[in-house]
Order: sequence, then C-alpha cells, then structure tokens
Amino acid sequence: MTSNLVSGATGDWEVVIGLEVHAQVSSNAKLFSGASATFGADPNQNVSLVDAAMPGMLPVINHECVRQAVRTGLGLNAEINLVSVFDRKNYFYADLPQGYQISQFKQPIVGEGTLRIDLPDGSSRNIGIERLHLEQDAGKSMHDQHPSKSYIDLNRTGVALMEIVSRPDMRSSIEAAAYVRKLRSILRYLGTCDGNMEEGSLRADVNVSVRRPGEALGTRTETKNLNSLRFIQQAIDFEVTRQIEIIEDGGEIDQETRLFDTTTGATRTMRSKEDAHDYRYFPDPDLLPLVIPKDEVNELAAALPELPDQIKDRLTGDYGLSAYDAAVIIEERETALFYEVASAGHDRKLVANWMTVELFGALNKSGQTLADCNITPERLGGLVGLISDGTISGKIAKDVFAVMFETGGDAASIVEEKGLKQVSDSGAIAALIDAVIAENEDKVAEYRAGKDKLFGFFVGQVMKQSGGQANPGMVNQILHTKLDG
Amino acid sequence: MADMLELGAVEARSALDTREISAVELTSAYIAAAEDTVGLNNYVALTAEHALEMAAASDARIAKGEAGLLEGVPIGVKDLFCTAGYTSTACSKILAGFTPTYESTVTANLWREGGVMLGKLNCDEFAMGSANETSAYGPAINPWQTADGADLVPGGSSGGSAAAVAARSALLATGTDTGGSIRQPAAFCGVVGLKPTYGRCSRWGIVAFASSLDQAGPFSRNVADNALLMQAMAGFDPKDSTSADVPLQDLSAALTRGVGGMKIGIPAEYVLDGMDPEVVTIWQQGQDWLRAAGAELVDISLPHTKYALPAYYIIAPAEASSNLARYDGVRYGKRVEAESLDEMYALTRAEGFGEEVQRRIMIGTYVLSAGYYDAYYLKAQRVRRLIRNDFETAFENVDAILTPATPSAAFPVGRKVDDPVTNFLNDVFTVPANLAGLPGMAVPAGINGDSLPLGLQLLARPFDEATLYAAGQVLEDAAGFVANPPRRAGGVS
Repeated sequence: MTSNLVSGATGDWEVVIGLEVHAQVSSNAKLFSGASATFGADPNQNVSLVDAAMPGMLPVINHECVRQAVRTGLGLNAEINLVSVFDRKNYFYADLPQGYQISQFKQPIVGEGTLRIDLPDGSSRNIGIERLHLEQDAGKSMHDQHPSKSYIDLNRTGVALMEIVSRPDMRSSIEAAAYVRKLRSILRYLGTCDGNMEEGSLRADVNVSVRRPGEALGTRTETKNLNSLRFIQQAIDFEVTRQIEIIEDGGEIDQETRLFDTTTGATRTMRSKEDAHDYRYFPDPDLLPLVIPKDEVNELAAALPELPDQIKDRLTGDYGLSAYDAAVIIEERETALFYEVASAGHDRKLVANWMTVELFGALNKSGQTLADCNITPERLGGLVGLISDGTISGKIAKDVFAVMFETGGDAASIVEEKGLKQVSDSGAIAALIDAVIAENEDKVAEYRAGKDKLFGFFVGQVMKQSGGQANPGMVNQILHTKLDG
Repeated sequence: MADMLELGAVEARSALDTREISAVELTSAYIAAAEDTVGLNNYVALTAEHALEMAAASDARIAKGEAGLLEGVPIGVKDLFCTAGYTSTACSKILAGFTPTYESTVTANLWREGGVMLGKLNCDEFAMGSANETSAYGPAINPWQTADGADLVPGGSSGGSAAAVAARSALLATGTDTGGSIRQPAAFCGVVGLKPTYGRCSRWGIVAFASSLDQAGPFSRNVADNALLMQAMAGFDPKDSTSADVPLQDLSAALTRGVGGMKIGIPAEYVLDGMDPEVVTIWQQGQDWLRAAGAELVDISLPHTKYALPAYYIIAPAEASSNLARYDGVRYGKRVEAESLDEMYALTRAEGFGEEVQRRIMIGTYVLSAGYYDAYYLKAQRVRRLIRNDFETAFENVDAILTPATPSAAFPVGRKVDDPVTNFLNDVFTVPANLAGLPGMAVPAGINGDSLPLGLQLLARPFDEATLYAAGQVLEDAAGFVANPPRRAGGVS
C-alpha cells in the first residue's frame, strides 16, 4: 500500500479522518408523523400537526423506518441493538418546531460494524463503523427571500435520517471519498436511502485532525454538511493543509465546527468549542424504549439482497474479473444486475469488458443511463456469444454494437441482415490469401528474406479483402502455412 | 325540577333517560350556575351556545334510544385539553387566543359518549402549581369558605375543575394530574378525583407538562359518578405511544364490591412531623371505616417516600423545560417582535410565561445541563425506580394503600405564594403515585374545625382502578360526607 503521509515543512504528517453521514431513510412517511416524506413538494405542504409541534401532539414511531435502519445495520455487518432509546436533543431554532430533535444518544439502534472500502489501486481496507442511529431532520430556513424576515419550510421537519458514524479510521481524502461511495452503494443496494446527494438525501460531516506518525490524536475540527464527494475531498484537503500550516507555525488547532464554502473550496469557522450548544439530551418521555423482536431482525436478515462486497468477491473470484472491472460493475445495483443477466452463460470477462468499455463509453457519450438504454442485458450477452463462438470478430462486433445501441435490435439478426458473418471457411480464406500473395510478390520476397514485421501487412490485406469478415485466427494460421511453409 | 343541580351524574342520566328532565334544561341550569358563580373565576371560557347545541343533539339521541354513557351530562374541561374550535390556552399568556383545529382524545371520547361541553376551566399555568394561583386568568376560588370569609384556593393545578364540580357549575369535570393536580384540589374542594394509572387515558391533545407523569382523570361529586366519567374517558390510543393497551375493568360493577377480605396498607412514612392533627384524625377514621367494612389493615413501609418530592421537582421541570420549548413565538400563540431571532425568543417567553413556569423551566434546564445531568436528573430517575420498587414490594402484600390526600385543608388565596418550597409540600402525599405510575383516588372524608373538607387518598396496583372504586365507595358511604360548599351556585355569594 502506498503511504498516505503528507509532507509538511518540518516533516511528515498523518491525517486522521472520521465521518458522520446523514442518510435520509427511504420511506413514504416521516419518522414520527404520518406526513409524507417525499422530496420536492411546495413549501409547508408535507406538515402534520406533530411536525408543526402543535400543543399536545405526540410522536408515534414509523416502524418501516426502524426496519430500514435494521436492514442498514445488517448491511454494515453491525450489531443490532434489540432495545434502543430515543432522546431529545434540545436547542432553539426557527426551523425546529419542537425545540428539540428526537434522536438516539446513549443507546442507538445499531452498534459497531465494518465497511470495506475499495481504493483506486484495487486494494481494499476495512473502516470501523461506530454506530448508526435514527433521528429527525430539521426544517429549512430561507434567509434570502425577504429583506427582514426568514422563511421557514417544514416539509423536511421530522423526516427520518440515519446518522452513520465511522471510526476515525481513514487516512486520506481519497479513502474518505471511497468510504462515502461505498456506503452510498450499500444503502442503494439495500434500498434504505436513495443516496441522492444533490437533493440532500446523503450528506456528510467530516472530522479531520493531523498528527505525527505514531503519536496521539491531534485536535480535530468538524466540517458540516458536505453534499458531494468532491466537496468532501476538497474540504478534507483544505483542512489538512490549514492544520499542518498552523501547527508548523507554532500554533494550535481549535476544536471547532467549520463550514465549507463551495465557491472557494475553503472552510471557515462556524462556531468555536466555547459556543458549542449544551443539547441537554435526555430520554424522550413521549416514547417508550424501542424494542425489536429478534425474529424480526432474523427475517430482515434473510430477506437482504446480495451486497456489493459479496458480488465483488464472486466477480473477482469465480468470474475472474479484475478488481477494477468488478468495482465499476458493482457500484450501482442496476449495473450489477445488468451484468449478471448479460454474462449468464457467456464469457464473464468478455462481457465485463464490453460493458465497462463499449457500453459505458456509449452511454457516457450519449448521456443515457442503463435504464433508458436500447440494449438489454440479454442482447449484450448475445453479442458477446457471437464473438465467442466465432460467428463475428471483435471488430465486426463493434459495428454490430453501434447498430444495437441505435436501434435496439439483437446481434444475431443484425449480423444476418447485414451479412456480417465471419468467414471461417478455410478454402475461401486460402483463396483470399493466395490472391494477396500473388499481388504482392515483392513483399513476400522481403518477408521470406527475414522482414518478419510484414506479417501484419499480409493479415491486414486479407482482412481488408474479406471486408473484415475473415476469421482472424484462421487467417493467421493459413498465412503462416503459406508464407513460412 | 328545582334542584336539578343536586342530581349526581348517574342520577341525571336516569332522569334524562326517563325524560324527567331534558339535556337542554340540565345544561341551561348549569350555564346559569356558571354565570351565578362567575366570582369564583372557575371558568376561563364558557361555551354556552355550543353546550346548548350539544344538549339538543343529546335530547334527540335520547329520544331515539341512542344515548351514550354520558348523554346529556354537562361537563367542564380543564383548559389544558385542546378542544377543536375553542380556545385552549393552558391558562398561559403565551397561548392567549390559541384555538386548536383538533380535539384531544380524552374529550373526543366524552363527546362521543354524549357529554355536553360547558366550557374551559381555570388551572395553574401549564398545570404548574398546587393552588391555581399561577393562572394567567387569575386564581380560581374555592366555593368552600371559613368563618372569616376569606377567599380560599381550590388547590391545583386542576383547581377550576374541582371548584366548579363542588360549586355545582359543572356536573363533571376533567383534570390532569402530574404530581397531585387532581387529587389535591379534589380534597380541597370536597369532591372525588381520580388519577388513573399512567397510560390509561391518552395524552394526545393535552398540553404537556411532564410527559412521563401527566395523566388525565375525572372529577365528580361522588364515587359512582366518577366511575361513569372514567369509563368514558379512558381507553387505548395508538396516537399516544405511552398509552396502555390494557382493557378497562367494569368500574360501575366495582362500586358494590365492598372491601371484605381486602388488605389495605398504612404506610409508616406518611406520618409527618407537625402534620395537622385533624388530618391525622381523619386518616385514623378512614382506617376504622375500612376495618369495620371487613378490610384487613396492614402496616407497610415505603422507605423512599421522603425522596419523592425532591425527585419529582427534578424530573417534572426537566421534562417541562423541553416540552415548553415549542412555545417560541414562531408558529402560534404570543410573539413579541424583535430585531433578532434570539431576542424574539427571549422577549416572547419572558412576557408569555408566568413566574412559576419560568422558575420550573430554569430548574429543568439546569438539571439537564452538561455536568449536572448525572447529579440531578439521573439520580432522580434512580430514586424514581426505588419508589416504584417500594410500591411493588408493598403491593405483594396489600391490595390498596390508604393515606391522607393532603397535609392540610385549603388555605387562603395569596397566603403562600411568596414561598414556592412550602407550596411544593402540598404534593407530598400525591407525588409518589405519579412517580410510580399508580392509580390514586381522593375521596372526601369529613369536615375540619374550620368547616373545610378533608380528603383521603387510596392507591392501588397499576391498572387496578376497580379496587379504588370499591374501596372509595366504602369510604364515601361511611363518611356520609355532604358536599355543600357555601359559595355553590344558589348558595351564599
């Protein structure tokens, strides 16, 4: 593994990163009210009496959100706490109607787990998960709509979030990005969070500190609310540079909460430790402890879909794919499913190549997604099948693929219609070769005199004569016989 | 019928069913009584027009033979309950004019059973108080009076409820009890008050004071009426996560059960130094009555009783400090405009909350603060568990516990407000039941030398309200208490 150390003016520094990811639970209704949790409604349309904290209103847990949290915990190989407790986190803000957020403080629903991250060099590493707890989201304050007033939208108020807290196990912004990418992938496989970072369904707070290798942890800062992988990396890189500079200049890091400026890529102080809220956590007396029957956990575990790590192990093991190809294929569940169907009964590696190179390339170019693409997984498999059984060459396959991508037809019909079938008749190929030899007697002489490189020229000529349809393997073989023989 | 106001609820129900009286007549009499006793300041809103409409609808249902349990019975509602379309303020300035669009589960249960809403009754602000003196509407006055003619407190926090039932301006009333807020005013006003087991009555739609302690309950002039109201108001409610799905016993059937063979505990720790000798006497009297009726009296110990009050005055304010955070001037209720959000909060809450509420918010905020949480809140929760264990142990040997309801009779308005700690002592006998979640009933037992009522308290196992009604009926029969406060409707003014 390559070193993650960062060089400063006075020596090397180790970066220590922990992440708190807020993932919106995929659920029709909010965590404690029956109001809709869908994104994009007009302001204050998805607000119940409970969300608006009207007098005498009481929270009632949405069990689907609980099941989603358990599924996520299982997906993170984590301990499921059969008894957990909801606490109140008290603070005043205009978009927090209750004056407290219902969260889980001392007894979260999910305890310790692990997440395997896949790094760009193909290596993997385990990152510790400290806990996952359920909590309510706050509303949205808009300060730019009126010269002297703020507008409040309570649609998001009370929507269920999972806060997933990692151990401070990451050592670079690349690892942090890999962690979020993998977490997002698992959540999407599980269907417990749509992972949509632009809509705010997934956002991260990053805790960053630096230290001399082997020394005790340095003072950390927390940068809040980062909603893209790029911002996460930028914020971490900025913090690392800033902290090293301060310490090397003889200064000290303030333990504080910071904000990331998306336009400058810099972080700045939001509030210092002295200004930190005293949230006065205590168990919410409106809710009994959350008890999950062991049987329910077992049922949820049994119904869990196959997850990226399992698929990756199968792809790199049984199917013999490279770690890179496997990682690309499994990042999205839809892609992995596409691949499974496309490669069933065909050359797994060849299908992986065609997917990652040709198909993804074409999709990128056209701006389409797998879902709205003309090529079905079965038909991609069919195309690869024609290559494997020698019906068409790889080169011809690219032309067939282009037609398929355009029209959606199946490879065999296209090959049939356009007469692209590979010529594997040795007599026909031999005839073509004889003609080429006859037309190029001087080159044949040069070749036979030792200019081996000319072999490629003859192959090219034969293929050209055949309109690309001659079986290249046979062309090679017969050419050798005729020239060298 | 000239003495319509003297009918109990059970009696009135039968007079309504036999068409001896109509619901409109009965309701009109109560509206007149409420107007007659307006000087007692028991009502903060009289909903006369609505009451007469409901009464007319009751008469129609009675005519069709579709009468509910409470059909045509006029009921006053503590202002802590949200009533759709009618102001519900918890007697606080911060909720001045607040009119909910929704009906609390408990009151909805009453109207479903044909009850007639007379109006909203005075209480301590956010139910914080034991004398009904913290109300933004001014103190409610007890219809009982001593010879000197001074205004007496009705107790609190459900002071208006107890006083109105005693003063004949409501036949029945709802209250809530967080540390004694039903039982103590019932005792001060000479009426019957029940705090049900925690979880019996839904808290949905009731302005929260301390969620783990709050429980709605009935007021009436006799035990049988109380059973009738309780039967209607209780029930499992999926909208309240702490509501208990435990079937309610047949409370009316319990009234005739008696106490023969029942074991009744007398806790040693409820004998306080310097307790009013008349309270001691009435307690002894109560024990004699129960023994005479066939109960076996058993000396018991509830060793952690003395820690109940301090634990309560940590837990209740802690929960209140958080429950009352929603009254922030942003969405409803009072708002004092200001330059910044923080300033708006500060001014709104300083003007909107009274002194006692502010005191408890401050205490609650303090005991939950970092560095103090373990020493106060957590320790209080441990004490609470010990108190619950005390009762569990006691109830292994006894079926009910008999104690005085209050350490004294009603006191004059204004007497103790300068000393909040003394006021807290009013709850000394009632608070443990809230901490343990037990049902408790206050039954009037006699009149002291100053002509003021004194009450006894019965406690039972969780969800065993029936035993309270059985023993309560025995006490009522033996005491022969006649609730005739001088300042009742039609009485002296």
